[in-house]
Amino acid sequence: MSARLASRFAALKREGRAGLVAYVMASDPDHETCFEILRGLPSAGADVIELGFPFTDPMADGPSIQKAALRALKAGGSLKQTLDLARRFRETNADTPLILMGYANPIESMGYGAFANAMQASGADGAIVVDLPPEEDAPLRAAFAANGLSIIRLATPTTDERRLTKVLDGASGFLYYVSVAGVTGANAATSAQVRAAVERLKRATALPIAVGFGVREPEAARAIAVNADAVVVGSAIVDEITAGPAPQAVERVLRKVAQLSEAVRSARELEGTPA
Amino acid sequence: MDVRRNWQDLPDAEGRFGQYGGRFVAETLMPLVLDLEREYRAAQADPAFAATMADFWTHYVGRPSPLYFAERLTEHHAKEAEAKGLGGAAKIYFKRDELNHTGAHKINNCLGQVLLALRMGKTRIIAETGAGQHGVATATVCARLGLPCVVFMGATDIERQKPNVFRMKLLGADVRPVTSGAATLKDAMNEALRDWVTNVADTFYCIGTAAGPHPYPEMVREFQSVIGREAREQILEREGRLPDAVMACIGGGSNAIGLFHPFIADESVRLIGVEAAGHGIDDRFEHSAAINGGRPGVLHGNRTYLLQNEDGQILEGHSISAGLDYPGVGPEHSYLADIGRAQYLSATDTEALEAFQLCAKLEGILPALEPSHALARVGDVAREIGRDGVLIMNLCGRGDKDVFTVADALGVKL
Repeated sequence: MSARLASRFAALKREGRAGLVAYVMASDPDHETCFEILRGLPSAGADVIELGFPFTDPMADGPSIQKAALRALKAGGSLKQTLDLARRFRETNADTPLILMGYANPIESMGYGAFANAMQASGADGAIVVDLPPEEDAPLRAAFAANGLSIIRLATPTTDERRLTKVLDGASGFLYYVSVAGVTGANAATSAQVRAAVERLKRATALPIAVGFGVREPEAARAIAVNADAVVVGSAIVDEITAGPAPQAVERVLRKVAQLSEAVRSARELEGTPA
Repeated sequence: MDVRRNWQDLPDAEGRFGQYGGRFVAETLMPLVLDLEREYRAAQADPAFAATMADFWTHYVGRPSPLYFAERLTEHHAKEAEAKGLGGAAKIYFKRDELNHTGAHKINNCLGQVLLALRMGKTRIIAETGAGQHGVATATVCARLGLPCVVFMGATDIERQKPNVFRMKLLGADVRPVTSGAATLKDAMNEALRDWVTNVADTFYCIGTAAGPHPYPEMVREFQSVIGREAREQILEREGRLPDAVMACIGGGSNAIGLFHPFIADESVRLIGVEAAGHGIDDRFEHSAAINGGRPGVLHGNRTYLLQNEDGQILEGHSISAGLDYPGVGPEHSYLADIGRAQYLSATDTEALEAFQLCAKLEGILPALEPSHALARVGDVAREIGRDGVLIMNLCGRGDKDVFTVADALGVKL
């Protein structure tokens, strides 16, 4: 289990607030712009950075992240470039956890052991591999355990109690709750549904619960932040890359992150019910 | 590796054929594929399910399909053998799955899957299609069984395969153009998976080939194995012996695994797949020969041979035959290739076109461009086996759908 993730979630708990997990795609729209975004994320209010590595066939992603992956690949993005961006980010920031998110094949291609070693060397803390369910992630688990990295598992609206036991066995860092059955950036669940699901998960695990998929606007993030330990936003952030003139992409992305962060930070003050 | 010990028992409980196969899907889909496996096992054990299938096969699909001795093609290759000073050519039989309703082997599988969907209480069918054959077969079965059908098809393929798009619409299917990625078969499959992950409660995903997450590769193999079971019985009756080889083209490989599987324990029978070599198998990757020109990786729910670059990004590939134009292959073929039980040859676009014309002129059969790849290698294998031998090639689809492509390739304006 990554020490950075553990201490960040412990700090959030002390502060009595939820965290913001901000997703960006590596090399989107190019390596240097992406690096500038990464470097600015902590001061814009990202508590955890989720760095996507591009794949040609992102089967669980909606249009926003599909397009981000295509932009990244066009700019020469790859798993190696992603690890290099993680390393450069880590040189600028020692304590913000950075996790990778993507699909299995680039990792298979690099090799699980080599991937874990490279992650460790670049200062990354864990990974979410969308198409490696617990049944298939044993090689990654072994490689991560040897390097003190977290394997972050997903629970979804289709995860029943029996399945949850399987998902939690070997999970570390935090549990990522996919709030709707669907692809990233699509429909949103109601805040009541999400709250109920988070309560259920908290009864089953001591891991922090981060909620994502379909969270686009500060209001939605605020509602989730009342009882979840963190809120994950991806599509709405990467959409900012192309939402205006290219030279202002960094500024737009960081402004969006700041808005989301403010909403997440103030959620429990407004609600008046610290979780 | 002792290949004889357990090859008939594969896949194992985790859906593995050696290192291939598995269930590489998003967590949201895991409960669904586990549920599908349970329901499939229950259907397998239910004689009523088999009886319903058999009834449709006989009266709706037109099974058993004939086993036909391709006499003039055999003579042609025998003469070529003599000219080269070789000992003649084996008798070539065609398993005529192109005579099925809808014109290809695809319906064998669609029928099984859609009947299973009904049994599971699913009310909506989705499918991906490349050339449109699986889309047409799925739309056909859905029309017959009264279920709504959504077919995902790459926008590029919709442009290339207009007649099949219209057929699907006539059959009542909702054809959804896919514009993501390169807008071809693999993107259509991505989009179908995205639909499935969104509509988890009511939707059944009818996959068109023996690939995808477990139990699809096994399930599709079992539904297609009717081809090999019939062929085995028919050849024993006609020739009083097993064939020396069985041959089929390989895209995802569902027609091939359906023919191979009932012969897999017959060690004297060579299993030969023919991949699409497109413009040639080299580092331009203008081919669809995943086994001959790719390496193992993970895509669309399974580990298998794939066309990919050094970073693990999937490449598009190419074949004149839209039905073979897929960067992967079913996981059981990857396994059979590794252990050496099956042999995988290839044929280029040009060779397939020549074989297409030869078959039309000598046998009065327009084969689809997919089996034309197998036809392109059938002479080599027949000559290698020699005069007293027998081989069966699966003529898995008819060529009516391909006449525009062939005319275009031959520079003929229709």
